[in-house]
Amino acid sequence: MTEATMTSAAAPEEFVGRSLWADAGRRLLRNRAAVASIILLSAITLAAVLAPYLSPHPYDEVYWDFIAWPPDLENGFYFGTDENGRDLFARTLYGARVSLMVGLLATLVSLVIGVLWGASAGFIGGRVDATMMRIVDILYSLPFIFFVILLTVVFGRHIVLMYVAIGAVSWLDMSRIVRGQALSLKRKEFIEAAVAGGVGPFAIIRRHIIPNTLGPVVVYMTLTVPNVILTESFVSFLGMGVQEPDTSWGVLISEGARTMETAWWALVFPAIFLALTLFCFNFIGDGLRDALDPKDR
Amino acid sequence: MPSTPRTAETAATGAALLEVAGLDTVFATPEGEVRAVNEVSFTVAEGESLGVVGESGSGKTQIFLSIMGLLAANGRASGAARFRGRNMLELDRAALNQVRGNRMAMVFQDPMTSLNPYLTVRRQLTEVLVQHKGMSEGAALAAAIAMLKQVQIPEAERRIEMYPHEFSGGMRQRVMIAMALLCQPEVLIADEPTTALDVTVQAQILELIGELRRASHTAIILITHDLGVVAGLCDRVMVMYAGRTVEEGPVRDIFYSPRHPYTAGLLHSLPRLDETKAERLVAIPGQPPNLQRLPQGCAFQDRCPRCQPLCRSERPMLRQIEPGRTVACHRAES
Amino acid sequence: MSAAPILSVHDLRVHFPIGGGLLRRSKKMLKAVDGVSFDLRPGETLGLVGESGCGKSTLGRGLLRLLPNVAGRVVWLGQDLAKMPPEALRQRRHDMQIIFQDPLASLNPRMTVGEIIAEPLRTFHPELLPTEIKRRVQEMMTKVGLLPQQINRYPHEFSGGQCQRIGIARAMINNPRLIVCDEPVSALDVSIQAQIVNLLMDLQRDTQMALIFISHNLSVVRHISHRIMVLYLGRVVELADRELIYSSPRHPYTQALISAVPLPDPDQERQRRRVVLPGDPPSPLDPPSGCLFRTRCTRATDLCAREAPTLVPAGPGQEVACHHWDR
Repeated sequence: MTEATMTSAAAPEEFVGRSLWADAGRRLLRNRAAVASIILLSAITLAAVLAPYLSPHPYDEVYWDFIAWPPDLENGFYFGTDENGRDLFARTLYGARVSLMVGLLATLVSLVIGVLWGASAGFIGGRVDATMMRIVDILYSLPFIFFVILLTVVFGRHIVLMYVAIGAVSWLDMSRIVRGQALSLKRKEFIEAAVAGGVGPFAIIRRHIIPNTLGPVVVYMTLTVPNVILTESFVSFLGMGVQEPDTSWGVLISEGARTMETAWWALVFPAIFLALTLFCFNFIGDGLRDALDPKDR
Repeated sequence: MPSTPRTAETAATGAALLEVAGLDTVFATPEGEVRAVNEVSFTVAEGESLGVVGESGSGKTQIFLSIMGLLAANGRASGAARFRGRNMLELDRAALNQVRGNRMAMVFQDPMTSLNPYLTVRRQLTEVLVQHKGMSEGAALAAAIAMLKQVQIPEAERRIEMYPHEFSGGMRQRVMIAMALLCQPEVLIADEPTTALDVTVQAQILELIGELRRASHTAIILITHDLGVVAGLCDRVMVMYAGRTVEEGPVRDIFYSPRHPYTAGLLHSLPRLDETKAERLVAIPGQPPNLQRLPQGCAFQDRCPRCQPLCRSERPMLRQIEPGRTVACHRAES
Repeated sequence: MSAAPILSVHDLRVHFPIGGGLLRRSKKMLKAVDGVSFDLRPGETLGLVGESGCGKSTLGRGLLRLLPNVAGRVVWLGQDLAKMPPEALRQRRHDMQIIFQDPLASLNPRMTVGEIIAEPLRTFHPELLPTEIKRRVQEMMTKVGLLPQQINRYPHEFSGGQCQRIGIARAMINNPRLIVCDEPVSALDVSIQAQIVNLLMDLQRDTQMALIFISHNLSVVRHISHRIMVLYLGRVVELADRELIYSSPRHPYTQALISAVPLPDPDQERQRRRVVLPGDPPSPLDPPSGCLFRTRCTRATDLCAREAPTLVPAGPGQEVACHHWDR
């Protein structure tokens, strides 16, 4: 790159810079496991979205003649039916909707709250930081299931409850991670430069701290989603999750577990889907962590 | 292609100690090959001191890392680097270990990272002697203390039991020098030995190196970007740019009548302490080249005031313009 | 340069408590800057020199109030920065800027160059339209020697010298009246240093801003400064016009410092006799009584141990802090 041999050539083309995100994206795409996971996850999500069109049977209709029916391509019961005679394929796909929704929404909630909380605490520091993180510690020590049961008792079984409960717990970890990042960022020279430049504290948090924490945050997000889905599965397994006839993978696995010996398909198919989804998120998370590792800069 | 070394005769007393001919060092990176050192040839005689000057990317450090077998895993050196006739690049580990640390020693820029923080200075010094000279612990300790005194560390008997972090920067560098000199090497290679030090401490260290050289007739190779340091300590100077030698000669010639535009540009752009220069410094325009995308022809072309079309098409070879002086430039003036 | 000073520093002190704990109050103070006073006039460059631990960087950051534990008066354009509430202080930063030693580290890696340079504009002039902001940013880029088309590139795509230009552009975009330069060329290649020094001097000439140039490189400081202040362990030992510092340094430390700098001149180097200071600087946690330099000074007497010297005039344009400066 030559120095200022500045001709006054009329407005030459402006170069588009090569941002660090673009670099990371390119590195991610070279990771085969991550790419395969992205494709698979997209396929599952698409299938969940297009559930009504993909399945020949609705998810809540009872087929009295086909109770606990094994997988049967002729009749359109691709995954068989459950003990109530409902098509498992449709239910698995609808279950995907719920599980993925809970996963993504709860994670999103935890992301927003956690990032803002952690970044502010870390950057402001001092007593504010101490207070904010003590609140986190206290909330952390509350038993989660207790909290969920409490909510269920007070508000009844409702899907929104799942989001609230899970989101209310998972932002805690995120805030700790972000706070740690913010603490180490605070010492960096470009933060000092921003302070010296007169940028206000909230603008610094917004423009300088948060974008530079997003690396670990994104990675952590992809690892939170499986956690959330598992938590939802667990809660549903205990019988406190979604209401009939809606279903989630957790509910399906719970029901399938009960008929494991006679109708193995009721357990296996939802479990495979759950496992595959979790694998995908984990591989993507690993890939992202490697891609975002600033080893060459 | 390595040809006969085109360096000039050495001006110092003894026979050639280190003869480098056609040294090439290449690194394999994800973005392609990088030639850090390109056809470098020079000679160092017994007792001589050579200054190797260059900026980042010039390859000055990589030359000696190659010779000492300290290259990173993705680097490969080829050519010849003969120490008393034996090509260092072809030696196996065992043979290499007999030379380095023993007959050819190297001191690095940052003494904090060169010394093991978990071992006392005593352990680190005596280890060298026990290993290379087969001395007993007692004899090694006595020799180590004597050396510490020679590098002017006060209270050497007490301080030898301390850990590196308990020393100041200047003292640590002295310890490094002591460690390097313990086996009485024939060549001491110092890579930016004073860059990380304060200027008053630097003066002490440079004086020390000069004295040690006079006392033990050790050849010194000083790698640095600081021309002032070179002026005081070196007999000959080799100027590096983009992995190649661009000029080499006796120190007075290089400083008072530089032939290569880069050398001249560098000298003229330095603000001087002893005179007030004109209002504006005469700066070399542009920046050091990207080693992965070197242009055809001379690497200095975009920054050179004397650049001609020939410079862009044909790379200048290093040639002898006077006895003892070589330049790589199509337009080296008289 | 005979106008009233824009900056007046009185007895600036930056003391860091060391080793306190939950139960133990800290016993030792690290006096990084211990009573520095000076004036700065518009368009003037004050060079701050000294070795590691002398407090020059701390002083630069302290007077801009980028550090805690700052005591003393810093009168900027008639107002004491020490007594200002945080928001008023923040407003003042429109006119006081800083450039850093590590060019790349001072730039947010996730912002484009255009965004980086525009940030001070956005901070203090939120009413400006995006088109106007872009115009000013590109104008500034051209002024500092960057190609305006590179406005959308990221810092890691530039070299060290170019990153420093970006830092300078950012500092200059609001036309500040003072820029503190903290070792701005130390991390750059030698051939680039001259470019940046020239740039700073050109910009200063065009805008009449004041510079505080902190560096350990005395040759560069000599070239760019009008006056030079020599620091030792947090105190001023000499403050003089540029030519006087080099032609007739009065303080023994200044003399040693100047004599220690190697010149790129083989004949002179081999002939000169250096003043080599014995020993190491004392620990800043445990400074000597009286004059801090006395442990390494050839002229030290009992007076030096009892009484710390203050800055006294040693001639027109020169002040020294030494009891025996006229020996």
